Amino acid sequence: MQQSAFLPHQALAQLFDVLQRDGYTVVGPTAEQGAILYRQLDSVDQLPVGLVDHQAPGRYRLEQQAHGRYFDWVGTAQGLKPWLFTPEQPLMVAREVEGGLRFESVHENVPPTAVIGVRGCDLAALALQDKHFLQGEYPDPHYSTRREQLLLIAVNCHRSAATCFCVSTGDGPEVTGGADMVLDELDQGFWVRATSPRGSALLARLPTRPLPGWHKRRSKTLRKRARVQQRALPSRDLRTPLYQARDDETLWQSVADRCLTCGNCAAVCPTCFCSRVDEESPLDGGQSTQVRRWDTCFNDEHSYLVGHVVRKSAVHKYRQWLTHKLAIWHDQYDRSGCTGCGRCITWCPVGIDIVEEVQRLCTEVKAQEPHE
Amino acid sequence: MNDPWLPQQAVVMEKVMETPDVATLSLKLADTAAHQRFRFDCGQFNMLYLFGLGEVPISIMDLRQGLVQHTIRAVGRISRKLVALEPGANLGLRGPFGNSWPIEEARGRDLVFITAGLGCAPVIAAIRRVIAARPDYRRLVIMQGVKHREDLLWQEQYERWREVPDCQVLLAASEEKQAPFAWSLGMVTTLIDKARFDVNNCTVMMCGPEPMIRASMHGLEAVGVGLENCFVSLERNMQCAVGLCGHCQMGTPFICREGPIFRVPDIRQWFLLEGY
Ligand SMILES: Cc1cc2nc3c(=O)[nH]c(=O)nc-3n(C[C@H](O)[C@H](O)[C@H](O)COP(=O)(O)OP(=O)(O)OC[C@H]3O[C@@H](n4cnc5c(N)ncnc54)[C@H](O)[C@@H]3O)c2cc1C
Ligand code: SF4
Ligand code: SF4
Ligand code: FES
Repeated sequence: MQQSAFLPHQALAQLFDVLQRDGYTVVGPTAEQGAILYRQLDSVDQLPVGLVDHQAPGRYRLEQQAHGRYFDWVGTAQGLKPWLFTPEQPLMVAREVEGGLRFESVHENVPPTAVIGVRGCDLAALALQDKHFLQGEYPDPHYSTRREQLLLIAVNCHRSAATCFCVSTGDGPEVTGGADMVLDELDQGFWVRATSPRGSALLARLPTRPLPGWHKRRSKTLRKRARVQQRALPSRDLRTPLYQARDDETLWQSVADRCLTCGNCAAVCPTCFCSRVDEESPLDGGQSTQVRRWDTCFNDEHSYLVGHVVRKSAVHKYRQWLTHKLAIWHDQYDRSGCTGCGRCITWCPVGIDIVEEVQRLCTEVKAQEPHE
Repeated sequence: MNDPWLPQQAVVMEKVMETPDVATLSLKLADTAAHQRFRFDCGQFNMLYLFGLGEVPISIMDLRQGLVQHTIRAVGRISRKLVALEPGANLGLRGPFGNSWPIEEARGRDLVFITAGLGCAPVIAAIRRVIAARPDYRRLVIMQGVKHREDLLWQEQYERWREVPDCQVLLAASEEKQAPFAWSLGMVTTLIDKARFDVNNCTVMMCGPEPMIRASMHGLEAVGVGLENCFVSLERNMQCAVGLCGHCQMGTPFICREGPIFRVPDIRQWFLLEGY
C-alpha cells in the first residue's frame, strides 16, 4: 500500500470532499477574532491561507502574507483539548419520579471527526490527556466517545513562534507520533505520509502525484528552520530543582506579585485536566443535571474545604501550577506535563513566561546550595 | 464502558441524631441485587448525591444489618440537607471509593487509633473488625479528642470498648473546665503519653483535623514510634472521586485514588507544606 505521495495545493479541496463523503465532520484551523482556532469547517476556503502568527509574552497577532500556504501559522489559541475534554460536559441527569429518583447516563452522538493541521505538541498533549482520561481505573466515557471518533491529519511545523520551546521538551516541531497522516507543506503542495491503516486508506483515495524528488531535502531545510527556538527549558525532568524550590516560598514571591491568578494559563494549556461539577436544575423542577466545567488550580474553590482554602495566595496557586506541570506530572504520568506549546506565555495577560520562571527558580535554587 | 458518573438510587431507612448537628443515616440501595452486592473496606467513602444540590464525599461508617451507614456533620450547603433527611428520603450514591486501613497487615501488632472530632467515623468499622478478631491482635489503644464532653459520639460504644480485654480507651476534652470522670483535659495528643503500647510493634491509624494530625506525628515520634508504622486518612476537595477532576491532588497523590489513607512517610513531604 502507498504510504507517501505528493498532494498539490489545489487538491486539498478533494481531501475535504473525501472526508465529508465518508461522513466525517472536518475540523481545522481558521482565523477568528484575530487568532487561529480549530473550528468545524465546511470548505477549504476557511483555512487561514497566507496567515502567519506572531506570538510573544502576553501577545498574539496575525499577519497576512502574500504566499498561498495554508499552515504557515504555528499555534492555535486552543489545542485539541476542547474537542475531547469539552469545556462544558453534562454528566448525569437526575429525575424525580414516582417512588424516588431516577439517574440517567448522558450519551453523546459524536460523528467521526477529522482534524486537519494538528502539530507535534498537540499530539503530545493528546497522548497525555489520553493517559489521564482513559488509562486510569475509571475511564471517562465522554472523553472516550469523542476520542474514538478522531482522525488526525498532522502538519510538521516549518516555523516556530517566539514562544515555542517544544524542541526542549521533545514534542516538536516535527510530529513524533499519534497521527493518521502527516503533511509537510511545500511551495506547490504537500508531501503526505500515511502513518496508520486509516491514513493509508485515505491517502489511496486522494488525487496524489508522484513525489518530486526534491521534497525530502526541502522539508528537511524547513523543519530545521523551525528547530531554531528562542526559548528552552533547562531539562526535561525538572523534579530535583523544582522540589527544592517548592520548599522555599520566598522564591515564588516575585512571580506571585505579577500573577493575576486568572487561570488563563491553565485554560489554554492542552494538558491541564481539572474540572468542577456543577448542579443545574431548571426552576420548573423535576429534573436536575450535573455538568462538568473546566476549572483551574488558580480558583479558591479548587482547594476549598469547609472553613478554609488550601491554596489562597498567588504564591500557593502559581507554585501548584508550575510544580504540578513540570515536576509532579513525572510522578503521576511518567513525563512532564508540558509540551512546549507556549500558549501559557502568549495568553497570560501580564506576560508571565513559564520558561523564564523555571530558569530563575533553577538559578536561585543553585545559588542556595552550599559551596564546597 | 461503565459510567463512573452514574449514581445508584438509595433510600434512608433509619436516622439517628447523634448531636444537634450530626446524624447517622442508614441507607439501602433501591436495587436489591446491588444492595446485596455492596461491600466496602474499612476507611473507604461514598459520594452522596442530593437532588438539585450535588454530591459530597462521606466516609462509610459501617455496614450494619445490611444497611450502609454514614455519619454526617452539617457544615454547609449539602451536608446540612443530608443531616435533615428523614427516613424514606431518596438520594444518590456512588462508591465505594478509595483504599482502606491496613488492618489485615497489622495482625499480630498493637493497634493505636488517634481521632478527633468526626474523625472517629472513618475508623469505627475498623475498630469493630479488630475487636471481632481480638485474638489476632495484641494491645488496642483508642484515643479520641473532642471539644466538649457532649460532642463525643457513641459514648456507650466507647464505654463498651473499655471492657474489651487489653484495650485502653482514652478520651480528651479540650474546652471543658474540669475533666469529666475517666477523661483528660486537653487535645487528643496529650493522651499519647498515657497510652501503653509497644512502640516497636504497633500500627497507628489517625483521622481528624490536619493540625491534630501534625501534632500527633510529633507526639508519636517523641515516644519512639516509627512514622512508617503510622497511617492517616486525609481530605481534599473532591468533585469526582474517580481520579478525573484533579481537585483532590495533594502533590503527587490523588486522594480519591491513592488515598484517602496514606502511610505517613509517603505523604509527609506534601502534608507538612502549606498550600498542597
Ligand atoms: C474522603 C472524605 C471523607 C469524608 N467523610 C466525611 C464523613 O464521614 N462525615 C462528614 O460529615 N464529612 C465527611 N467529609 C467531609 C465532607 O465531604 C464535607 O463536609 C462536605 O463536602 C461539605 O459539603 P457542604 O456542601 O455541606 O459544604 P460547603 O461549605 O457548602 O462546601 C461546598 C463544596 O466544597 C466541597 N467540600 C467542602 N468541604 C469539603 C471537604 N472537607 N472534603 C471534600 N470536599 C469538600 C464539596 O464539593 C462541597 O459541596 C469527608 C471528606 C472526604 C474528602
Ligand atoms: S505549560 Fe504552557 S507551554 Fe507547556 S504545554 Fe501548557 S500551555 Fe503549553
Ligand atoms: S496545573 Fe492546576 S489546573 Fe492544571 S492540571 Fe494541575 S492542578 Fe489542574
Ligand atoms: S476527587 Fe476528582 S480526582 Fe480525586
